[in-house]
Amino acid sequence: MIPDFLRASLVALGLTASAGWAEEPFIIVQSTTSTQNSGLLDYILPGFEAETGIDVRVVAVGTGQAIRNAVNGDGDVLLVHSKPAEEQFVADGWGVQRFDVMYNDFVLVGPKSDPAGIAGSDDIIAALAAVAEAKLPFVSRGDDSGTHKAEMRHWGAAGIDPTAASGTWYREAGAGMGAALNVASGMGAYVLTDRATWLSFGNRGDQEILVEGDPRLFNQYGVTLVNPEKHSGVRAAAGQRFIDWLIGPDGQAAIESYMLDGQQLFFPNAN
Amino acid sequence: MQEFASEFTQALSLILEGDSELWAIVLLSMRVSVFAVLISALIGMPLGAALAVARFPGRRALIILVNALMGFPPVVAGLLVYLMLSRSGPLGILELLYTPTAMIIAQVVLVTPIMAALTRQVVEMLAEEYSEQLRSLGVSRLASVPVLLWDARLALVTALLAGFGRAIAEVGAVIIVGGNINHVTRVMTTTIALETSKGNLALALALGVILVGLAVAVNAMVSVLTLRAEREGVRHA
Repeated sequence: MIPDFLRASLVALGLTASAGWAEEPFIIVQSTTSTQNSGLLDYILPGFEAETGIDVRVVAVGTGQAIRNAVNGDGDVLLVHSKPAEEQFVADGWGVQRFDVMYNDFVLVGPKSDPAGIAGSDDIIAALAAVAEAKLPFVSRGDDSGTHKAEMRHWGAAGIDPTAASGTWYREAGAGMGAALNVASGMGAYVLTDRATWLSFGNRGDQEILVEGDPRLFNQYGVTLVNPEKHSGVRAAAGQRFIDWLIGPDGQAAIESYMLDGQQLFFPNAN
Repeated sequence: MQEFASEFTQALSLILEGDSELWAIVLLSMRVSVFAVLISALIGMPLGAALAVARFPGRRALIILVNALMGFPPVVAGLLVYLMLSRSGPLGILELLYTPTAMIIAQVVLVTPIMAALTRQVVEMLAEEYSEQLRSLGVSRLASVPVLLWDARLALVTALLAGFGRAIAEVGAVIIVGGNINHVTRVMTTTIALETSKGNLALALALGVILVGLAVAVNAMVSVLTLRAEREGVRHA
């Protein structure tokens, strides 16, 4: 009875040794939540895969974790958005060379009622100072991601150490962009986000963009091949092919053509 | 709230209209968890039974440890398996990270203690019941393990289901070692986590309903089979 049932289930589920999970050429890209949650990668990758037959497997985590995973050799290509950290990654020998790929910008999102009175401002530093001054709830990623690093740079420029207020008005979510937006939406808090994730986010509640257009909110994405001299398992040839495609005319055109609700989310700017 | 309810209904009907991508995800969830539960049973049940009948110093402590491991945090299990399978780790050469196999390994770590602990409990009771018979037949304690396991088989189905429940619902470990890669390691729970982070709460909830439905279906199926086996057992007796 039981053995028959087991055998039948095994066949039904395709658990035989050869079934599924077949090997085809692939690379693993360590990337950030914004490129995945915004739908960009789902949109552009099929073009590359059809052209080359190389399957691109994306692991979407925060920039900090993506870099650490790449240092461990658990990826062939790094596609993230924190230029200083990426340059450090290359300088330390973990990456071969970093290339600019595209940019978008960060925006400060908050409740429509805007108790800090910062709506329409294009000065992120002054806006953050106003939020801190009034001790209004602010949700931070708190996860060493690219967005978190950018946020901390702006606090630094404002001469404020918000972590001293951690647990009071300053709330460190320790989560990805979407999860942090859910938290902010739930408590009517201010939050710094990349524009792409915000535009594709489905649970905005009473939140809207309050501060945008500050040149300091520029958000550059870069791509780097993980150094095969550090990790012999790195699929360097296929990874390099992906990078060449991404910063070449086809990849750049694909990025340019990605629209959500009639808005372009990422702007290609490879040299 | 009303808006959410209509969104939810919409999402659910979209899913049920037979989205092939979704069914691939459902199937992968099943494959990974069923495989993990079977391997865990092969490891955990003999261990649990041995623990039930063997007598050695430190046995009590070991039982407490195995029971406690039933509550092992999935994220920690995921992290341990990640450190083993990373290219920088001792097993990096196997290239298993970010594959369904890695997810199975992580779930085996989580489910094996459940198998061992529940088996230990069931077999220990049975062993007490049979102790005189076994002794009069001159069967040593450890040699009685296969017999006891076979006699406890219907009760052990519950252990299988408990293990399956833990495996199919688990997200913390599989998202670390699987990477939630589309078409490769994306399962029900990681899809739900992803849709939640996109703010698609209705869709995430609809997927959750499917997952619960799946668990109910598996439990119902096993329950029917067990019942039938029980009746057969009565007839033969």
